[in-house]
Amino acid sequence: MNGISGFAGFALRRALATVVTLLAVSVIVYVVFYVTPGNVAQITCGPRCSPAQVQQVAEQLHLNDPLYVRYGHFLQGIVAGQDYSTGTSVAHCPAPCLGLSYQSDQQVTELILTKLPVSLSLVLGAMVLWLLLGVGTGVLSAWRRGRLSERVLTAITLAGTATPVFVIGLVLMIVVCGELELLPFPQYVALTDDPEQWAWNLLLPWLSLALIEAAAFARLTRAAMLETLAEDHIRTFRAYGVTERAVIGRHALRGALAPVIALNANNVGSAVGGAVLTETLFGLPGIGQELVHAVHVVDLPVVVGMVLVIGFFVVLANAVADVLYAVADRRVVLA
Amino acid sequence: MSLVEVTDLGVAFGAVRAVDGLSLRLDPGASLALVGESGSGKSTVAAALLGLHRGTGARVTGSVRVAGTDVQRASEEELRRLRGAKAAMVFQDPLSSLDPYYAVGDQIAEVYRVHARVSRRAARARAVEVLDRVGIPDAVRRSRARPHEFSGGMRQRALIAMALACGPELLIADEPTTALDVTVQAQILDLLHTLRAETGMGLLLVTHDVGVAAESADDVLVMRHGRVVERGPVAEVLGAPREPYTRELLGAVPRVDAVREAGAGAGAGAGAGAAAAAAAAAAEAVTGTESGASGAGGLPTAVQAPGAEARDVVLEARGLRREFGRGKRAFTAVDDVSVTVRRGETLGIVGESGSGKTTLGRMLVGLLEPTSGEVRFEGRARDGVHPAVQMVFQDPVSSLNPRRSVGESIADPLRARGERDEARIRERVRELLERVGLEGAHHDRYPHEFSGGQRQRVGIARALAADPRVIVCDEPVSALDVTTQAQVVALLGELQRDLGLALVFVAHDLAVVRQVSDRVAVMRRGRIVEEGPADEVYDAPRDPYTRQLLAAVPSLDPRTAAERRAARRDLAVA
Repeated sequence: MNGISGFAGFALRRALATVVTLLAVSVIVYVVFYVTPGNVAQITCGPRCSPAQVQQVAEQLHLNDPLYVRYGHFLQGIVAGQDYSTGTSVAHCPAPCLGLSYQSDQQVTELILTKLPVSLSLVLGAMVLWLLLGVGTGVLSAWRRGRLSERVLTAITLAGTATPVFVIGLVLMIVVCGELELLPFPQYVALTDDPEQWAWNLLLPWLSLALIEAAAFARLTRAAMLETLAEDHIRTFRAYGVTERAVIGRHALRGALAPVIALNANNVGSAVGGAVLTETLFGLPGIGQELVHAVHVVDLPVVVGMVLVIGFFVVLANAVADVLYAVADRRVVLA
Repeated sequence: MSLVEVTDLGVAFGAVRAVDGLSLRLDPGASLALVGESGSGKSTVAAALLGLHRGTGARVTGSVRVAGTDVQRASEEELRRLRGAKAAMVFQDPLSSLDPYYAVGDQIAEVYRVHARVSRRAARARAVEVLDRVGIPDAVRRSRARPHEFSGGMRQRALIAMALACGPELLIADEPTTALDVTVQAQILDLLHTLRAETGMGLLLVTHDVGVAAESADDVLVMRHGRVVERGPVAEVLGAPREPYTRELLGAVPRVDAVREAGAGAGAGAGAGAAAAAAAAAAEAVTGTESGASGAGGLPTAVQAPGAEARDVVLEARGLRREFGRGKRAFTAVDDVSVTVRRGETLGIVGESGSGKTTLGRMLVGLLEPTSGEVRFEGRARDGVHPAVQMVFQDPVSSLNPRRSVGESIADPLRARGERDEARIRERVRELLERVGLEGAHHDRYPHEFSGGQRQRVGIARALAADPRVIVCDEPVSALDVTTQAQVVALLGELQRDLGLALVFVAHDLAVVRQVSDRVAVMRRGRIVEEGPADEVYDAPRDPYTRQLLAAVPSLDPRTAAERRAARRDLAVA
């Protein structure tokens, strides 16, 4: 409504809300890991450590400090950076410092920066595919409602949701890479190294992730389209001789976009950290895989860092969705 | 050759025959109004003219010819060429009838391009031209606005512009003014009148409002249960109806120029409509035979003469003011309004949408806190809701919880008051149901099992449950057909007489308000512009706005309608 100032206000409010959300998430993760049974120092040190060695590790990781002291430490690291003693030398971890991994002593910020491009490549590429497949199928089945073609489409999309990603992925790999030898078995190549290889290698992961997600989009699009098609303004255009193709493609689809945008925001946000199965199956070193490992070995700094990054993307995806909402439907006022 | 020729039309949805054996003709340039209450099949006929029932599962029989096209036999392509180009339809609700996502001008241009081989730019120019033609100010700029940025009247104009775009021979208008305020309605009807005179289009008008029909058409066809009841020139059918149903329908129409009988309770004793209303009410077994059994704390019936003493004032509002929003968006809905309601009297509050009448009503009940000013009940300042001041809402569909039986809904105020004895609650609910003309056995039914009028009776029963002294009715009959409306109004009047209730009757319909009110307050932009005894306000309005409102009310007599049209032109110029 009031242009830039309205948008700036929206962005500011959202940024503040994001910070509050992420702080809350980090506190929850700290508390959960604090009350979880198990000796973190023992796990970090390894099964063959003597009690003295375990004690030393606990000292080094500040595990004996009260929880709020450790959390305060963590916040300080994010704002001001941190110096870490590794026994022999002192390592500096610059400003948005999420601490060091208990396991590898690697800086969590660096670890995330190496994993994030993989996850983003996978999710954003898959998103394009699932939107094309899902929304396309949804539109077709709304148009062909009640006919054979719609039933076939519905069956296919249902089968897509019902099949686990490792089955779809395995079948794709066996057929495409093994039998037909159309593609090499996927191996992650960074976009910055070789864009073409990046795309070819990610094609199968994209497809398997997208096939799972597409079904939900197809069903949602179909339902939203049918709902819009029942609205009064659709009747207006039909009563004025507008072709069915224009009624569906212009008027009904536009009306059905809002729920699609909302679902997409959720899925993109959660897939950044949640595409573990796809990452594992195709050997992609992404966030999800790393997070599962870190939870397993109670590597608190890594878990907190990863959770914060995932939380950030969920919030970001939803903010983008709100902006798209307002663009798609001018009645929506950003607030 | 006639423009429209419908022979023995039948439309059935499953086992329901919505239209049954209907025939009608319309000559080029002529106008016909299809009049009937909800469910009479009038809109179904309109849709059949454009073949809109195709693919909906409706079974259509008989023959329909419109502008040379046999609608029943036409191919999809032939139908598309008919729709919009030769016969254009103006729909009822102008907000939902336009696509919310596209600019109004683009939507009109899209329709134009379906029928005319022109460039996008030319189509856009045509859209601006027709928008300008229907009186949208600054049409070039406004054509880029989306429907929600238009007022109700402008949206209706935009829909008419869309209909005009391809220069059709027939305009089908389905309740084109139902969602509009009375002054805006008058403007739209005048616009249709002018356009018809200029272009020579034929008009088929579908309406539930006899007044609208009388204003706009030469001929009228009264429908009921899918069949023709009576047809003929407007003056004949409305002036001297032959059929009992037409007489009943006309009798139920509240007249803005009918003087209310002095001393009578609200509603029931009003002018011309009273007899038919009472008869109709009796037909549904609603009369006051069991009024003696009323369990409510029946106050002595004492209708106060004007100028009654101060102690008779039950509800008083002083300097009420209500703002919504903050800062730049702040908006004053009610601005320094003072009203008093005396025992046993009806205060009518009339105004158009946005005048603040609903906000005022809600503040009187205590559902909304005033920004400043106070509401006093029986002389004492009051905070929040008070059980003795109850409310009846407009939409009986959405103001009852669909998942709870009506008995439970009616029992709510009793439980809220602390009644815990289930047997007594049930007994009281049964009493209340019978009091409003329903049956005790209806206790366990759900709202969807009732008709609109019956649901409003449930709403009234719920308001009565708390033994109120005052009931604020917010548009209690505006969602109802005229015959049902008359019954509900009669019920309110009867309850008022028997229980000595004070009523605040908030409505946009000037005629209904006159019919029920002792005193009337006219609201505009949050203020009361005129207040006084009903007959004075209606017969000798002092405020120019009141005069404008009264001039906008459709007349049942075509000659008066023409005079009023002229009067409106003068007022608009003034």
